[in-house]
Amino acid sequence: MQDKIHSSYKQLEQKSKYTNMFLRWFLYFVLVVFALYFIFPLYVMVVTSLKTMEEIRQGTLLTWPSGLNFDSWLVAWGGRGYGAGDTFLKPYFWNSIKMVVPAVFFSTFIGAMAGYVLTKWRFKGDKWVFLFLLFGCFIPYQAILLPMARTLGVLGISNSVIGLVLVHTVYGIPFTTLFFRNFYVSIPSELVKAARIDGAGFFKIFFKILLPVSTPIIVVTIIWQFTQIWNDFLFGSTFSFGEAAPIQVALNNMVLSSTSVKEYNVDMASAIIAGIPTLIVYVLAGKYFIRGLTSGAVKG
Amino acid sequence: MKTLKIEELSKNFGSTEVLKKINLEIDEGNFLVLLGPSGCGKSTLLNIIAGLETINEGNVHIDDYNVSKVEPKDRNIAMVFQSYALYPSMNVRENMIFGLKQAKVSKEKIEEQLEKVSKFLQVDALLERKPSQLSGGQRQRVAIGRALVREPRIFLFDEPLSNLDAKLRVEMRREIKKLHQQLKTTVVYVTHDQTEAMSLGTNIAIMNHGVIQQNDTPENIYNKPSNTFVADFIGSPSMNLLKGNLKESSNKISFVTHGSNIEIPINGYDFKEKSNLDNKEVFFGIRPEHIFFKKSNEEDFEINLRADLSEYIGHEQIMTFNFENQEVLAKFPSTVKIDLSKNTKLFFDLTQISLFDAKTEERI
Repeated sequence: MQDKIHSSYKQLEQKSKYTNMFLRWFLYFVLVVFALYFIFPLYVMVVTSLKTMEEIRQGTLLTWPSGLNFDSWLVAWGGRGYGAGDTFLKPYFWNSIKMVVPAVFFSTFIGAMAGYVLTKWRFKGDKWVFLFLLFGCFIPYQAILLPMARTLGVLGISNSVIGLVLVHTVYGIPFTTLFFRNFYVSIPSELVKAARIDGAGFFKIFFKILLPVSTPIIVVTIIWQFTQIWNDFLFGSTFSFGEAAPIQVALNNMVLSSTSVKEYNVDMASAIIAGIPTLIVYVLAGKYFIRGLTSGAVKG
Repeated sequence: MKTLKIEELSKNFGSTEVLKKINLEIDEGNFLVLLGPSGCGKSTLLNIIAGLETINEGNVHIDDYNVSKVEPKDRNIAMVFQSYALYPSMNVRENMIFGLKQAKVSKEKIEEQLEKVSKFLQVDALLERKPSQLSGGQRQRVAIGRALVREPRIFLFDEPLSNLDAKLRVEMRREIKKLHQQLKTTVVYVTHDQTEAMSLGTNIAIMNHGVIQQNDTPENIYNKPSNTFVADFIGSPSMNLLKGNLKESSNKISFVTHGSNIEIPINGYDFKEKSNLDNKEVFFGIRPEHIFFKKSNEEDFEINLRADLSEYIGHEQIMTFNFENQEVLAKFPSTVKIDLSKNTKLFFDLTQISLFDAKTEERI
């Protein structure tokens, strides 16, 4: 009797072992397929940027380059050295840096302050203020292009990097505030109470007590804002042109304005260059990103 | 001079009244416990004493000075929180001296205070650690230390033991008691745990719905609850409240339940007012620990009741009896053997009873 029960257990055990093994391999298979699918465009870009035009014409998209040839990268970054009509990324890259650093800094700082006030210094109607701020996350940017252009004109900062800094800061605040508010909600208000009894004021509590524990959410905000602002094309192309344009606008101009032959290798190199800073930010701070995004949900 | 005096204090959040005309006084060196169920306003009251909440009406005096408009840091108080509220980015030393630094106390004085307090609380070996590297008990000790270095006039404790596990809670409770014995600083302590309240307080103020139900010594709260809420809230299991009427005939008062012929004589009960007692609807209150299975004194009332339920909890057992279709709970040593579904002879200790008006629910 007992032997019979045991052997039936054994059969079931074997069966579930095979099922599990199959499922595991299937899982890996699916993951590998998706990984290949996602890496494919990057592969094509990198490979093409390393080929000469001759190779591009003769081979297919997937053909391996004959050697490491960085000529097109140099052209994309520094130009060919002849005068008019030579568009290259270097000056616009710095434009973008000059735009993105202050814009990320100010929007993050103001968002942190706003989140701090909305959670730890509650006032009458604070919920409404937050609600209206959230509205900013949902407004389609096309809708505010005209009024914003007019505002920048009145302020005398249209077609300048400063103008773009202002626009990106203003439209970053709803997101940064949302991030910081949700993070600070999970930090016990008793900390603020204790600090008030200890005699710390509004700013001291913010800088000495809350900001030092905000690293995860600061990293999240910086990644988010950096990516948004660096990759922005709409504001950049609307509110700036010529010398003041950020890199994404310059990239567009470069690719569209080539007069003679389409130089795919230079185009690909330029596109990669324009994408590298966001990649660097992700690699350096990526591990904080997930941690920070979920930190509000899990009580420490 | 009263260390703390609260007059006619009212507080509302929007349209909800949280505190209604609270009056409270504490003498120097006393340990006042604010006890009540969650949402009764006890924590709000503590926050108001600390100056962390504004007042709608009334005043708070510390050492006879009206501090209603004084900043928390200038009120000469220190507070210990349920979540400890240690500053996460600072180590124990920085946590403890943060307040003194804000107050611009001299370096020598700060060091002196820190050394004294950290030795006293046995946290001197932990000074360089971050709060995240401390155990629950250690965190609590540091939080108390941070309050101690300020040498306040009043200590405010907001459910400081609720986050600790049961064993540690009992230990820390003893430590807080010892601390108060040694320092003799005035304390206001908020809790929802009656054992904590009973064992720590020199006075207990029981609150419900923003009103102080009774403010008295632990003994009086236990023996002479001023209304049915207090009677029910204190004690575990809580006091049996039997519904019935008083009967007065030829100067003898007795208690009768509806539709029954059981008459419990009320002799020597200390009535607040001894008039209009006949036919008054009352609750007859007797604690489970005042019901015995053998005669305890001459005044005992003897009665046969059916046992319905037995709950064994180690050193004792809680028995449920049927008294004219009302439940009566009694606490016996677990060695006593009582058969279920059978009538058992019980003795009510009538010297320990309480009577409440059934309409007002106040003690009579």
